[in-house]
Amino acid sequence: MQTKYLIIGSSHAGLSAADEIRVHDSDSPLTMISMEDCLPYSPTILPYILEGKVEEKNVYLRDEKFFQDKKINFLRGKKAVKVDPSVAKVELDDGREISYEKLLIATGSEPTLPPIPGLKESPYYVLRTMEDAKRINAAAMQAKSAVILGTGLVGMHAAEALGRKGLKVTMVELLPQILPGYFDAEAAKFVQGVFTKHGIAFYLNNPAVKVESSSVTTKISLKEGQEIEGELLLVATGVKPRVEFLRDTNIQIEQGIIVDEFMRTSQENIWAAGDVAQGKDFFTSKTGLNAILPDAYEQGKIAGLSMAGDPAVIMAFEELGQELAFSYPGGINRNTFNFYGNRSFSVGLALATEEDGYEIDKMFFPGGGVYQKLVFQGEVLVGAIGINVTLDPGVILNLIRRKVLLGNVKSEFVVKPLEMSRQLMWSHWRGVAVKRN
Amino acid sequence: MSAYKTLVVHPEKCNGCGECEVACAKVKANTNDVTYSRIKVIKGLKEEFFGPVVCMQCGEPNCVKSCPAGALTKNQKTGVVEWNKDRCVSCAICTLGCPYSGIYYHPELATVIKCDHCGGDPECVKVCKPKALEYSVEAKVYEEQGQLEDLFGPDLAACMGCNMEILVRHTLRHIGPDTVLAAPPGCLPGVCAVGFNGATGTKVPSFHPLLTNTAAMLAGLRRYYKRIGRDVTALALAGDGGAADVGFQSLSGAAERGEEVLFICIDNEGYMNTGMQRSGTTPFGSWTSTTPVGPGLRGKTRDSKYMPLIMLMHNCEYVATAVTAYIQDFHEKLEKAHQASKRGFAYIHVFSPCTTGWRFPGDKTIEVQRRAVATNFFPLWEYEKQTGKLRFTRPVDNPEPIENYLSMLGKFRHLNREEIDHLRRTAEERVRILKAIEASGLENYRLAS
Repeated sequence: MQTKYLIIGSSHAGLSAADEIRVHDSDSPLTMISMEDCLPYSPTILPYILEGKVEEKNVYLRDEKFFQDKKINFLRGKKAVKVDPSVAKVELDDGREISYEKLLIATGSEPTLPPIPGLKESPYYVLRTMEDAKRINAAAMQAKSAVILGTGLVGMHAAEALGRKGLKVTMVELLPQILPGYFDAEAAKFVQGVFTKHGIAFYLNNPAVKVESSSVTTKISLKEGQEIEGELLLVATGVKPRVEFLRDTNIQIEQGIIVDEFMRTSQENIWAAGDVAQGKDFFTSKTGLNAILPDAYEQGKIAGLSMAGDPAVIMAFEELGQELAFSYPGGINRNTFNFYGNRSFSVGLALATEEDGYEIDKMFFPGGGVYQKLVFQGEVLVGAIGINVTLDPGVILNLIRRKVLLGNVKSEFVVKPLEMSRQLMWSHWRGVAVKRN
Repeated sequence: MSAYKTLVVHPEKCNGCGECEVACAKVKANTNDVTYSRIKVIKGLKEEFFGPVVCMQCGEPNCVKSCPAGALTKNQKTGVVEWNKDRCVSCAICTLGCPYSGIYYHPELATVIKCDHCGGDPECVKVCKPKALEYSVEAKVYEEQGQLEDLFGPDLAACMGCNMEILVRHTLRHIGPDTVLAAPPGCLPGVCAVGFNGATGTKVPSFHPLLTNTAAMLAGLRRYYKRIGRDVTALALAGDGGAADVGFQSLSGAAERGEEVLFICIDNEGYMNTGMQRSGTTPFGSWTSTTPVGPGLRGKTRDSKYMPLIMLMHNCEYVATAVTAYIQDFHEKLEKAHQASKRGFAYIHVFSPCTTGWRFPGDKTIEVQRRAVATNFFPLWEYEKQTGKLRFTRPVDNPEPIENYLSMLGKFRHLNREEIDHLRRTAEERVRILKAIEASGLENYRLAS
């Protein structure tokens, strides 16, 4: 079959691109492939399915009508197994071939498995697909204890979910702290304390070195010699881009697919967006993965604009130069994390220290469960962590992204970041600059 | 696709009283605890600054796109970004997506909260005394007008950025097809009204009177149609020359006789289509081709005559000033003027910036009008004879410095302090007079037949 636009993947990046393409080109054939045989959903929802916060039927991001209305040919349960850029064709696992004019690879990421002897041979679970979530839920009905390898967001969410189901949960982490991607040691320690209070056990700085399984339990030996047992082993040590099917193409791949500011890959007429893409970093000149939901839909949008030839991208690029065109500003790490009734967020260079040359302002009331860290580089905010503080994470993100010069309000910003960030929003991007005389 | 009602925030009017927060918490959560409010007032900063923050109901909402649960959706009918409690998993990623502080995580509720316009009747707007919050239906006009027939042809040929097209298309759509249009010499005939080779650009009968006799001819037409039993609106779209200068004797006569005419003066403050010569409504200090700026002369030496007040004193049924930048206001006035023109003389004075003659970029036409209103250079008001009352339709209590308006225009670029002050005083004086009339009313005029 033939199609003008072909999108492989149907989560945030793919859907966002499809939306954008349809704004600019409402008729040309658009085909979307999903490897799972269901309507689109977000992998981010899966821990909440474990937790029972939402039913499976309520998590789908689009319904059938959407695909009809938008004239999108949605092929579910089909996996792309091969891409041939030289003839602009994608081969599916059922042997079918699809010719495309423009291709978006938005295949997301898949769990990584740490090289621990015995792991592959043992029964273990990962949490990346709806099927995974269902399997874990079924196993959790029987099990009384669980071991989770990895203390990233997926691991932590799963720990709370399984803990709430009554399982005895033990967490194992290679690094000396939990949530190493988002929180500094102090924040991590506080979060860990909350989990500990709820009966979750931790082994930090103490990687698993061996996994053995019997018919009922799995035994994990740690580097420091401890042996822990659990009936349910969940591996949540991170994700990697799903690029295996591209290995024998000449699309440039490092950690992920290398993309430029418009999400174009090294091959003509092929774009990549979301977890699978390796785009530029906001703070440095390097490129990197930024496998988070908010970046996926942004990248998808830019890819969609670029694929549809939107003037905002194309004309601006030709006439104004790259800087002024609508393009990817670079990845900024960010996320929210709510746990046991606490709320937290992390944006930007949240882990930065004074030794790295940043100015740091911290407010910490461990008793009250409050932690706030603001990271400045000169007059510009570059990172923030908030635990149980009232701030608008999206406004904070924009202060960072727009590199708003704080100037003489910086000292007041540190004291009243909520009010001051809202004022700065008014005067910088909400519209009219307002000042009372 | 339709236009939506919007909750407009005017931060410059906010006094930080917080009544909106109280009202919102009450109506949404039945509590006095303002943390439950969906609208938040910025308070307590060293430099007094008040700007309520609330959901903007974005066209392409980031919160919706960043929701992993499909719990947020943009309602295409109402424009409101809706939150579905049953689907929300309280992950709060939406709060990271929103750049406008429009959706908040509430720790006690353990969910996010956001504004839903109270289903179309926002409580916060009702309690906002300084009117910093407004539930605007401005965009509704375009929805309504979109249903009506456009009575002008395509391809109007005006200067880039000209206000004429928006003005005439809105006017004729509103007044409707039972209209005879008079377009005396000026920009409009050239733009299209009288057209080429005997074909007009309008879909209603239109004719091209002399500069001098527009109102008189319309008066006769209206009388003729009345006699044969047809209710036809006699509409003039005349420039300031055709109204205030050359056309004034017939206009004044028709108004004084109470002829049933709707006369719209499109005031671009000069004879713009013939080469930008001064007119009676050209303001003091303006550069025109007949009031040049150089070593000897510094633009126009005389003040403009304030035509709307002159017309008010003609005992008209209806007199108003208007700009297309406030289109809702313009339409309300058109409606009243249209009705009034069935009883007597109705006059609307439209302030219409001329990109070519006033020298400003074509994309600033609307902005120039807004600054003229905000500085009180061109106050918006209406007078209805039936009530004898003059009313400011967009009162400006704390006018911006007049420089905000003057500095946008090339024709005022040479002005010195003294000349700017003169223009400011003139504007102030006009507002003072209008306020005096507003306060006292024109009772005897109301009683006059």
